[in-house]
Amino acid sequence: MRTAFIESLSQAASENPDIWLLCGDLGYSVLEPFAAKFPERYLNVGVAEQNMAGIAAGIALSGKTVFIYSIGNFPTLRCLEQLRNDVCYHGADVKIVAVGAGYAYGSQGYTHHALEDAGIMSMLPGIEVFVPCDPAEVRAATRLIAASGKPSYLRLSRQGEPNLGAVVTDLRKPRILREGRDIVILASGPIASRALDAAGKLAGRGCHIGVVSVSCLKPLDEAAIRDAVRSASLVVTLEEHILRGGLFSLVAGVFAADAKRPPVMGLGIPEQGGKTSSAGSREALLDAAGLSVETIVARIEQSLAKR
Amino acid sequence: MMRPNLPELRNLPEPIEFARRIRAHALRMVHAAKASHIGGCLSMAEILAVLYTRILRLDPAEPQSPSRDRFVLSKGHATAIMYATLAECGFFSLAELDTYCRDGSIFTGHVSHAVPGVEVSTGSLGHGLPIAIGMALAARSAGRGARVFCLLSDGECDEGSNWEGILFAPHHKLSNLCVIVDFNKIQSFGSVAEVLNLDPFAEKWKSFGWHVEEIDGHDVAALEKVLSAVPAASGKPTVVIAHTVKGKGVSFMENKLEWHYRSPSDELLAQALAEVGA
Repeated sequence: MRTAFIESLSQAASENPDIWLLCGDLGYSVLEPFAAKFPERYLNVGVAEQNMAGIAAGIALSGKTVFIYSIGNFPTLRCLEQLRNDVCYHGADVKIVAVGAGYAYGSQGYTHHALEDAGIMSMLPGIEVFVPCDPAEVRAATRLIAASGKPSYLRLSRQGEPNLGAVVTDLRKPRILREGRDIVILASGPIASRALDAAGKLAGRGCHIGVVSVSCLKPLDEAAIRDAVRSASLVVTLEEHILRGGLFSLVAGVFAADAKRPPVMGLGIPEQGGKTSSAGSREALLDAAGLSVETIVARIEQSLAKR
Repeated sequence: MMRPNLPELRNLPEPIEFARRIRAHALRMVHAAKASHIGGCLSMAEILAVLYTRILRLDPAEPQSPSRDRFVLSKGHATAIMYATLAECGFFSLAELDTYCRDGSIFTGHVSHAVPGVEVSTGSLGHGLPIAIGMALAARSAGRGARVFCLLSDGECDEGSNWEGILFAPHHKLSNLCVIVDFNKIQSFGSVAEVLNLDPFAEKWKSFGWHVEEIDGHDVAALEKVLSAVPAASGKPTVVIAHTVKGKGVSFMENKLEWHYRSPSDELLAQALAEVGA
């Protein structure tokens, strides 16, 4: 994902001389191609995210398009008020790019787990929020935000994620990764691969189960979400994020006022409740959080059995 | 192409007269709105007067000109006198100052970029300098010779974000950046010395690599001299530590913490206006 991002950004920057990239002293072995090609538009600000966000706003308010890049919570929560006031309130053309979505930094521990970022970023005024599930969506998202003229948040995992579906035609709309209308899993981020695995197992048991990637959390295309689940007896959301404020909250909100609505089951990471997380790979931590493929299958089956 | 100075465009008065006018406007505005922060407005009257009548290359008819100098008011609470300054310069009419803090007005109690001539909204302290640094980087890259001036309060130098910026600007040799600190020695809950001492203040900036000037912030000639020298020939960013008096010009407000909050009664307004010569 990181590679797809920097390649797409470099392409956009070669076409648009107003694109700048700032980093908070992170991005080793990722950002170098951009820095080498556009040294006058690349800046390592140092380990100082508040300053980075403010500087980005100042450059953007001077007519530029500025990407800022760091790990998970650092370019988001650490400088949240700068993003709220300096970037979003002014409508400054700043793109916040965070690498390490969810448990991507696994054994690095809780400080490096981005679990609330997408929800918190979604609450900021005027920002657009993208949580791509694979490199193809990362490329589409990078191209889109480079030209949108709006504050944007792009949530990346790390590296080595496979492409999960065919070409991306319109990133703002849900992308069907697997056809199926009885049960539809709406997934955001690379955890969509677990949705596909779960759907494969459930298919063997007679369920027609679809998987849809929702990478554009804001603005959420409500009409397209409704269309994607119009025949479903059960909607499942799956995200590498806490449920509050993330995909589940947004999708549940779409249907909340409907007199007749599908049940929406949210699968995500439980709040930590002040407990420290244990060491482990991303995969192990997801499993421990109740998001193994087997658990996803079991929870969907339990939900169906109650009906 | 360089922008002409405002006085050439607007026939502005001398700085001392300009400062007198904006003090009077600010007193009337704060009184009418029952608003706060008059003390910190009065301490920076001469700084704004010199900037807007002698230094900044701006054109109210073209407030978004890419080659303009930028002024970032980081102490966004001291906004009555900022709006008064922009009105005197012709960015909008003086009559609009009467709407300060009224329902539906764009003239909010912390400075708003909805107001013509205001570059950025501030109010949460410690935001202005990083934004100004970004503007200075962009201005240097554009090569049009624009300069960026940023006015900080002394109290907001408690914010860590400022020190991130203070570390950054000399490293990148931002000689087109000038910070002015309105060092009036009183912050929200007491004197700067009591709440969180900044001393030795000039030495801190020097050790971070800034070109430091320390002057009387009410001396218009001294202000014009140091601000005219931006961009600094040394290749360093400049900080002007402007020693000022909170509430300057109104005897009963000078050096009084309470005028960070209070608005004057009708009687005190009349006395204050008489003292500033309105």
